[in-house]
Amino acid sequence: MKFNRKRFYLAAVPIFFLVPLILNPYWVDVLNSIGLYALLGLSLNLIVGYAGLFNLGHAAFYAVGAYTSAILNTTYHIPILLLLPVAGLAAGIFALIVARPIIHLRGDYLCIVTIGVGEIVRIALINDVFGITGGANGIFGIARPRIFGMVIRTPHQFFYLIWLFVAITVFLFYRLEDSRVGRALNYIREDEVAAEACGINVAHYKLISFVVGATWAGMAGNIFAAKMTIISPESFSFWESVLMFTLIILGGAGSIEGVLLGAFLIIGLPEIFRELSNARMLFFGAAMIAMMIFRPEGLIPPVPKKYRVFSGTDRGETT
Amino acid sequence: MLESDAASEAEAALFLRCYGRGLMAEFLQQFVNGLAVGGIYALIALGYTMVYGVLKLINFAHGDLFTIGAYLGLTLLTSFGLADRVGPGVAVLLLVVMVMGFVAVIGIILERVAYRPLRNSPRLSAVVSALGASIFFQNAVMLIYGARFRVYPQNLLPKISLNLLGIYIPLVKILVLVVCVIMMVGLYLFIQRTTIGTAIRAAAIDQEAARLVGINVDGVITLVFIIGPALGGLAGLMVGILYGQIKFTMGWIYGLKAFTAAILGGIGNIPGAMLGGLILGVVEALGSAYISIAWKDAIAFCVLILILVVKPTGLLGERVAEKV
Repeated sequence: MKFNRKRFYLAAVPIFFLVPLILNPYWVDVLNSIGLYALLGLSLNLIVGYAGLFNLGHAAFYAVGAYTSAILNTTYHIPILLLLPVAGLAAGIFALIVARPIIHLRGDYLCIVTIGVGEIVRIALINDVFGITGGANGIFGIARPRIFGMVIRTPHQFFYLIWLFVAITVFLFYRLEDSRVGRALNYIREDEVAAEACGINVAHYKLISFVVGATWAGMAGNIFAAKMTIISPESFSFWESVLMFTLIILGGAGSIEGVLLGAFLIIGLPEIFRELSNARMLFFGAAMIAMMIFRPEGLIPPVPKKYRVFSGTDRGETT
Repeated sequence: MLESDAASEAEAALFLRCYGRGLMAEFLQQFVNGLAVGGIYALIALGYTMVYGVLKLINFAHGDLFTIGAYLGLTLLTSFGLADRVGPGVAVLLLVVMVMGFVAVIGIILERVAYRPLRNSPRLSAVVSALGASIFFQNAVMLIYGARFRVYPQNLLPKISLNLLGIYIPLVKILVLVVCVIMMVGLYLFIQRTTIGTAIRAAAIDQEAARLVGINVDGVITLVFIIGPALGGLAGLMVGILYGQIKFTMGWIYGLKAFTAAILGGIGNIPGAMLGGLILGVVEALGSAYISIAWKDAIAFCVLILILVVKPTGLLGERVAEKV
């Protein structure tokens, strides 16, 4: 099973990166949207899937990243891709400030508070907070990104920019799963009390996952701003957060493959069935209920981790 | 010299009195506005708090049941022409009964389909399911009625304003407040004084123990999903009558605010939901009048976050069974 999967990905990834060569710009643009949502989904997956924190205000961090990039780019003309780490940092710091006092809240309460944070950010953006967000019209005239003198303009060029970033993200998050932080988060999600009893600083690790997830969303915001060249508060509404959340739940919380599949299904399917696009949220709603009843772990649930138990050399025990 | 001093003094006093009274009247006006909205928040909050009390579940779809109530009232009034057939007075009574009944039926179906199968699953599964139900209802309303604002007929209640101490209070607002208070007091007495109410309270404290002493817990849960949605639907109808226009997305913002009210009063606590609703309504009205109307919605969310951080049990919440 594991072997087959690996082989499948080895074949699928190069093909996927060649696919834009035969697609028209429209469909490449759809793939770009999928890529952006995959990034957002992966970042939210860190919070929802790994740490088990219900965050329904992820669009707020996405917005902070996008607006930071847009403001710095339009005011100081700093190349937008150079602002990638800045956008991430801004979103991360914002998440740290917001999450620090609320991280201990229990599941559904945290959910409500994050909804509140998301709404406050959106209202602040509409009300032109500090006079720099451009109010309801947003910010326009963001410069096109440039790599080594080449301006990135067409959907095909963006495809490689976005999906390269997705690939790097997948690699890093895959590595994160097996790291000390990843294992701690896994434990916390399974049993918080037991984790605490084993000496894992639960609040600390939850905060780490929250801040890293938000940082990634901020960087996705930077790419979004670069791609659109115009951003406005309505791109960061509550429904964006719900969309990110739904694709994780549908695909499989805590599973990178699941999140990618979820992004393809939730963003891609409505493009295929365009006539039904009005009813797509209706379908999502029903699908969420059905998933929770019949397959709460998602379409591709995370594979339980297996770790080799080393023979205890210090005590002479064998496994 | 002396004379002019006296004159200017009198003038200043007059100015102060008028101005002061104007300020006072303005304040009272906003206060009354806040009470009317607060009554509506309280009615919705009762649904949240009762469901949370018994099932420990945030019923995200509750706000959308409120929307359904508003749209159902619209259909009965416009397509069905209720007011023309039976006259406005009887029409309002009929509306109240029919909307409450219909939304209660939807509440029962919601519980059967989306929550009952998940009774023994992890609590967060039920939260996702509730969110799904909310998305489903909201989009169902949008597909049926369209995405634009819909307008309520304006001839339903006479447009009279009462003049009380220099402030004008529209009759509609008084009626809304009176209906809210009647419903809240009625519910409180029902919960506190009747056998069925006692059963609901027992199930809220401990479902297993309640079952052991012979209480039909499933019945209690169904009952909660009758009362809560009925009150929420009624609140939707009243928003339609009070403000005249409704939109398919209004449920979630009212729902969130009502939930804030429920937490403010102490979730699971029925008088708390009423108190929380009224306080939130007044705070919001005064805040939008004296701070900024553009930040009106943000005020409620700030209140919500502050309470959860500072005093998660709310104003009247006494039971702290779990670490919040």
